[in-house]
Formats: sequence, C-alpha cells, structure tokens
Amino acid sequence: MANVEINLPLPVLPEGWAGEKDFKPVGSLSKTNDRKIEPVGPHFLAYARRVRHKRTFSEDERIQAQANVKSVEEEDPDDIDEPEDPQMLLREAKDWKSQDHYAVLGITRHRWRATEEQIKRAHRRKVLKHHPDKRAAAGGTEDDQFFKCIQKAHEVLSDPVRRRQFDSVDEAAEVDPPSKKDTQKGNFYKLWGKVFEAEGRFSTKQPVPKLGNAKSTKEEVESFYNFWYNFDSWRSFEYLDEDVPDDGESRDQKRHVERKNNAARKKKKTEDTARLRHLVDDALALDERIKLFRQAEHAEKNKRRFAKEAEQKRLAEEAAKAKEEEARLAKEAEEAEKAQKAEGKKAKEAAKNAAKKNKRVVRGAVKDANYFHGAGDAPASQVDAALNDVDAIIAKIDNTELATLAGKLNSEKDAGKIKEIFKAEDERLGLNSKSLA
Amino acid sequence: MSAQTDPAQRVAIGISFGNSYSSIAFTSSEGKAEVIANEDGDRQIPSVLSYVEGEELHGGQAKSQLVRNAKNTVAYFRDFLGQDFKSIDPTPAHQSAHPVESESTVAFKIRDSEAEEENAVTVGDITTRHLRRLRSSASDYLGKDVNAAVVTVPTNFSESQKEALKSAAKEAGIEVLQFINEPTAAVLAYDARPDAQLTDKTLVVADLGGTRSDVTVIASRGGIYTMLAAVHDFDVSGSKLDQVLIDYFAKEFIKKHKAAGDPRENERSLAKLKLECESVKKALSIGQSANFSVESLAGGVDFTATINRTRYDLLGNKLFAAFTRLVSHAVEKAELDPLDISEIILAGGNSHTPKVAAAVGAAFPETTAVLAPSTSPTAINPSELAVRGAAIQASLIQEFEAEDIEQSLHPMVTVTPHLSTAVGVLLISGDESNGVFHAIVDAETPLPVRRTATITTPREGGDVLIKLVEGSRHIKVTKPEPKPKAEKADDDSEDESEDEEEEEELREKTWKIGSAVSETALRGIKKGAKVEVQINIANDLSVTALFREIGGKGGVRGQVQGKAS
Ligand SMILES: Nc1ncnc2c1ncn2[C@@H]1O[C@H](COP(=O)(O)OP(=O)(O)O)[C@@H](O)[C@H]1O
Ligand SMILES: [Mg+2]
Repeated sequence: MANVEINLPLPVLPEGWAGEKDFKPVGSLSKTNDRKIEPVGPHFLAYARRVRHKRTFSEDERIQAQANVKSVEEEDPDDIDEPEDPQMLLREAKDWKSQDHYAVLGITRHRWRATEEQIKRAHRRKVLKHHPDKRAAAGGTEDDQFFKCIQKAHEVLSDPVRRRQFDSVDEAAEVDPPSKKDTQKGNFYKLWGKVFEAEGRFSTKQPVPKLGNAKSTKEEVESFYNFWYNFDSWRSFEYLDEDVPDDGESRDQKRHVERKNNAARKKKKTEDTARLRHLVDDALALDERIKLFRQAEHAEKNKRRFAKEAEQKRLAEEAAKAKEEEARLAKEAEEAEKAQKAEGKKAKEAAKNAAKKNKRVVRGAVKDANYFHGAGDAPASQVDAALNDVDAIIAKIDNTELATLAGKLNSEKDAGKIKEIFKAEDERLGLNSKSLA
Repeated sequence: MSAQTDPAQRVAIGISFGNSYSSIAFTSSEGKAEVIANEDGDRQIPSVLSYVEGEELHGGQAKSQLVRNAKNTVAYFRDFLGQDFKSIDPTPAHQSAHPVESESTVAFKIRDSEAEEENAVTVGDITTRHLRRLRSSASDYLGKDVNAAVVTVPTNFSESQKEALKSAAKEAGIEVLQFINEPTAAVLAYDARPDAQLTDKTLVVADLGGTRSDVTVIASRGGIYTMLAAVHDFDVSGSKLDQVLIDYFAKEFIKKHKAAGDPRENERSLAKLKLECESVKKALSIGQSANFSVESLAGGVDFTATINRTRYDLLGNKLFAAFTRLVSHAVEKAELDPLDISEIILAGGNSHTPKVAAAVGAAFPETTAVLAPSTSPTAINPSELAVRGAAIQASLIQEFEAEDIEQSLHPMVTVTPHLSTAVGVLLISGDESNGVFHAIVDAETPLPVRRTATITTPREGGDVLIKLVEGSRHIKVTKPEPKPKAEKADDDSEDESEDEEEEEELREKTWKIGSAVSETALRGIKKGAKVEVQINIANDLSVTALFREIGGKGGVRGQVQGKAS
C-alpha cells in the first residue's frame, strides 16, 4: 500500500554492536487511543472484510466495542442550566445595554472566562428554550422580548471586539480589594489573589503572573509587581457611551455627543489606570513578603556587617598578637645573641688563656730543650734565634694546632725529643727555621 | 413496497439532504459520480415543498412560493426530523410554515389539499414527500426505478434522527443502505478522483451551509478516515450572510424611497428581499459586482441597485471571521496545530464565496492547501461534495446484503486502536549528533497497519543500523530577531507602516525523538543501494518488521512483543 520514500542516509553500524540474528527489540510502543473509523470508502471496505473474515463476534465483544466508542460529538459536561431570575425574563430588548449578557445566556459562572464554544452552546440552549414559537405553543403569549435579549447577548458576546467592550464594564466580574482587616486574618493571598486574577482579564499580555503565596521567591514577587506596575490594559469604556442621536438630529448635536463620549472614555480610562495603580500600591503595602524580604535583606545586611566587624576584630587581634609575638621573638633573639656574645667572650677568653698557657708551655719547652743548643749554656744568639723561630711557628699556627703542639710538648723533658717535635712542626709548616737545623 | 430489496435488484443513488438544498447523484459504469439535475434543471434542489390549491410544488418552484404562499410552504425542516419540539430551533423557518408541536414530534399546519382546512403534516411525512420527489427525479433521469440510497447526514445527527430519516425514506420507497457523515463524504469525493494520490494527511472539512456551519478534522491514513474533532455553529450561516445583504439593500432602499417604508417590516417584501439577496450573493461568487432588482419591493416601488464584491466582503466580514475562528477552534479541539493540516476542503454552498476561502486560508500556513473554487481550479463544486461522496459509497456497497452492511458498520469493526505517536526510523543529518526522525507510520493511524519505506544508505554502503523509534510532532517557534532600527525614518507615514509589518515568529513542524522500539543491523550493503523496511503493527501493538537491501538476498526479520492483554 502506502510506500514512504526517505532520502536521508541510515547511520553506519557502531563498532561492537551485537544482536541476536542482527535484531534487538529495545522497547514497546506507547499506548493507543480507541477511535471509531469512518465506515466509508474502498479502503474501509477492504479493512472490514479482513476484520470480519471467518470471524463471528460474541455478544460480549460487541457490547465492549460499543462501550469503547468515544464520540467526537460528546456532550459538554459543562452544559448546566443556571437558574433564571424571573425578573430577568421580563426584561425588554430595548434595554439591552443594561442587561447582564452572561446572566441572560446563563453563564455567570464563567463570565470573561467563557470560551467561544461555551458561549455558543449556552446561546443554543437558550434559543431552544425561549424561542417565541415555543412560548406560544406552551400557551404563553407570543412575547419575544426575552428572546430578543438572548439574541442581543449573543450578538455582543460572540463578537470579540464587542465582548471586550462589555467585559470592560462588567461590574459583576469585578472583585473588590479586601479590607485591611480581612487580609490581616491571614487571607492575603487568597483574597488578593482573586483581585489580581480578575484584574488580569484586562491584560494584553497573557498569561498574567499569579500573586503566589508565602513560599514565592523574591524574583517571582518582584516580577509580579513589576508586571502590575507596567500593566498593559485593553480595558476601554465605549460601552458606557451616551447614544449618539440618529439621523433625525442635527449634525452639530451629533458631533457634540460624540465629543462628549470621547472625553468621557478618556477620563474613565485615566481613572482606571490610577485606580489600578493604587490597588497595586495597596497590595504591595500589605504584602508580608515584601516586609519579610526587606527584613531578610536587613538581616542579611546586618549579618554581613557583623561578619565584617567580627572579621576586622579578628584581624586586629591577630595583628596585635602577631606584633606581640614578633616582639617576643625579637627579644629572645636579642637575649640569645647577648648570651651568645657573652659565651663567645668567655670562650675567647678561655681560648686566649689556653693559648697563653700553651704558648707558655711551648716557649717553656724551648728553654727545656736548651734552646736547641745541645749541651752547655746556649749563647745569646742561639737563644734569640730559637725563641724567634718558635715565635714564628706560634704565629703561623692557630689555637688548635697550638694546643696539639703544647699537648705533645707538655710532658716531654728530653731535649732531643723536644727538638724533634719542633722540627716536625717546622717542616710541616715549611719554615726551615735555622735554629732547628 | 418493501424497502429491503434484493441486492441484485437495487438501483442505488447518493442523496445529500440539506436544510436548504438537496442533491442526488449516481455513479456511472465508469465509476464516475454524476450529479443529477431535476426537471427544472437544478442540481441544487431547494429542500422546499409548497402547496397551492392541493398541488404540490417542489424545489425551486416551491421556494419561489415563499413570497406569496409562505404559510403553505415548508422549508428548512431537515434538522427538525427525529426531534421533539423542545429540542428544535424554529428560527430558520420564520419566513415559511412554522413548526408546531405534534405529539412527540414536529409538524407543520398547512393547506396541503384542495380543501379549506389545514392539516398538521409531520416533519417525517414532509421528508417522505421531499425524498419521493428526489427519487422520482433520479428515476426519470436514469430511466430506472431508484430504490436505494446512501444518504449524508451531519456528524452530530443522533440515532433517533437517523431512525426518523430512515423510516421517512422507506415510506418514499428508498432503502437507506447507509448514512454517512457529510464531511467524510466530501473527503471521499476528493479521494475518488482518478488522479487522486493516496497519502496520509490530516485535513479539515469546513462546511458553510445555509443554516449552520460545521467543521470537522479528519485523519486520512491509507484511505481510512477517522474523525478527530467536530464543531458546529448555528449562528454562522448562509442565511446570516443573506441577512447582511438584506440589511444593506433595505437601507439603500429607504434612503431613496423613504415614504415606501422599510421592506423588512412587511413579510412579503422581506421574502422578496431575501430571495433576491441570495441570488445577489451567488452572483458575487463569480462576478466582481452584481445587480439587485426587485419589482414592487415595498409600497409598490420597484428597486434596482448594484453591489460590488469588495462591499460584500466588508459587510460579511464579521461572519467570515467567525467562520475562520470556528475552523481554527476545530483544529485546537483536535489538539493539533495549523501546521498539521495539509488540506482544508471547503464545503457547503457559501464556500463559493471567494472571501470565505481567503479568510480561512489566511489563518493557516502556506503549506495548507485550501480546496475551494476560488483557490484551486481543480476544486470540486463545494455544493456537490457530499452527494458525490454518497454516490460513490452507494456504488461500493449496493451489491451487499443489508445484513452484511450492518455488520460492517458495527463498532466491533469500526472501533479500533489508533497510534498515539508516529513510528519511524532514525537517520543521519548534517548537524545533529542524535540523528533525525522520519515517520513511516503517522500518529492517529488505525491498527492494524502495514507500511513500507525505502531508505537511502550511506554512499559507501557497508554495515548500517536501523533504529525504529517513536516520534512526536513538535512545533518549533523561532522569535524574529529584533530588526535593527531603520537608518532614518524621515516622514511619519513610514513610521506607521513599520508598526504594522511587525515580523511574525517562525513556526515549523519538527519531530521529537521518542522511545526506541528496536535496533537492526544490515550488513554488507552495496555501494549506493537502498534499504526497504516493512513494518506491521497489530492491534495489540506487537511489531513485526522486515529489513532488507533492495535487490539483495535475505534480510533481517524481527518481532517486538505487544502489550499483554
Ligand atoms: N454560488 C454560491 N455562492 C454563494 N453562496 C451560495 C452559492 N450557492 C449556494 N450558496 C449558499 O449556500 C447555502 C446553501 O448551502 P448548502 O451546502 O447547500 O446548505 P444546506 O446544508 O443548508 O442545505 C445557502 O446559504 C446558499 O445561499
Ligand atoms: Mg449542508
């Protein structure tokens, strides 16, 4: 039968794809809707033949199938008859401007919310009920005044432009703002919500944001009030115009009325804009959320301030502590240095003394070794030379070496050995002292 | 006479029985539907009967009696049939015999015999007389005694209305083989044309008749039709359009002949005015202007005037707009978007009016074809759509036993599951990593269904993956880029026009990929070869599919379980 041509390429098989016999069921189809097909045309007949082929249907199946039929012509469950005010039934068509068109059609439960279809159905019901022929048949008069009211109501409500004009001044649709006292009983959202819902009917921009509740976020609340402070309303007031006299009257008279009407419309519009502004002001003033947001903001600010102050305090304290610590450390360092200095002095002193002592030992050893002269009194020249040479050695060596030298010499009394020690030291230093040669 | 004829003896026609007009048609041996003209040469036969000194006038002749003999002229009665007095709207019959309550039915008090007194003739009897005349016109034309018919009815015709019509027909010697819905008949009339292509589409049948308007949304899948939504409006109608012209010409008349009075306030003048306005309206469907001419319209004054089409378009504007809204509303009620509608079939006599087609067309995207005389040279005459469909259906079923027909109409056969989403395959497209969806079976297709698709493969061939998935239609809306301000706007007039041509947002029909059903591998496809996918979906939603390379050997078969019942 029907063949579909698809002119885009299929994807390449991904690496590693596997399926039993190259097929893999992965899901099932979404559920279906039972509908009645139209038993018309050659394709239906072919279908019916296939369905009925060698089959008989049980009574149960038949009943079930019958029950499954969903008709597109189903009655609207909304079709209810509102009670008719007997006073309203006596209205005259000439007073159509002052009639409540929604009441005449029996849809006061919908009013501006009524869909076009609801209006149509309501009108149809009223026509069937109040047609003058039926009144006459029911033994009534042929009075068709209310029927004409019905037609007027339909004329207005089925024309989008005229319906707006009427909706603009439909007092029964108005929801007055609640008193301050009422909202204080915790009904703010319920009562004002209704007010805003009703006012929202005039909005060119749809959908209109909702008042929300205590849980609404700040952004939501803010955008709500922003919307209402920038409200774009289609409300207009020509429905309340004074009738312009028809051809009979003079042109001037006509123009006069028209001018008057225009001025009145403008005035009412201005008043309405101001009214709405006040209304929003009032709601805003009573809106707990605004206070809460402000409080929260305050609290937040305070919190931030506290935090900032605490931080500053902490920083100051920390700085002071740091300073203290620094001073302490400096002092300690100073003391340590002092101590070290003292210690150093002592050590130096000791070293100096030790060196002195060692020098004395060394020099004493020279004497003990008879100034390297061998036997007999050493001549003065030899004494001088030996002492000079030893002094040269002492000058060349540091205190440690001096101590070592002194250590070696300390217990030595043998002149030869002493000379040997000096000679070794002299050679180590490469002095080649004559007195030791 | 028995109305249950032996199928072999049947001579069946199609009948469209409207409140304003009726028509009869038969299907020729070549399978072509032909609308039959009556003795007066009318193919649109007014559904009117009139009695003059016991003589019964019918059709156009009866209609002209509305001027002198309104009380004995019965018109606009179809919707009264099978109803109790409480549930009818007598308004359309205001200028003819008024309906009255008669036991559980509706009757007309008319002098239908030579005798002086009035008889209460029930609407059933009136219908029988009307159908008898239609039958005899058809029999005369065909040279055979017509004894059966398929009759069209509005979609909201109740069982009791059908019962009443059936028995009235039986009285007239006509066995009603089947009642079919008017909009469906219209679709069938189009689909039965030899050059018609059988494609799946969703269409709207918008019928602007004489006393009401009816709009229906129909899914057409493989030649099977399912109604998705229907809306009706009894205040948007041809007679309301006539009224617009009546008011216009009455005012013109009063302007010129003040002393003669308002022709609308005198019954006879009003009747003349109404008849003439209807013909002016019809003339404006073809010509750019039309003449109005009535002898002795009121106060003995003759009146002639002209009107051009633009004026009429303007006068009827509110009604055209209301009709258009009704069409849009029907689409909404079917939970569809204007982009889903491929065709709008305009039906009913007033669809001859070019402005009707223009107004409806303007509410839909360019992809929606409007089938009306003014928009499509191949459009079928909107006044003949229903009757043609009925004649075709009559030829299809006239050989069946009545019992057989009845069985096929039972919900056991006609109620069937329809897919809630489309089913198709995933393909490669340039930019989307996810692939794109292409439907093989559309949503609202009745089950069981079998469809075949031919799919291109990658240029190099090789191994391919065929993923069956569900897809739901998604309307992508692109807001226009705010246009950079024009360099300079010197004169004021330019400023104004700028506001008007505010750019519209771009709306497109796209697919959202839904859940996957199966995956299949086809291996070693030849370079440039094509793949064929055949899917069968059974009533229990089980899917059997065959995937193969066209011209290749073998292929892959697969099955996905349906829901356990
Ligand atoms: N050529 C035409 N141009 C405009 N209107 C037409 C034309 N032919 C018929 N009509 C109008 O169409 C209506 C009748 O349409 P039809 O579909 O036959 O109605 P019904 O279903 O009420 O019998 C009448 O209002 C008639 O004036
Ligand atoms: Mg019709």
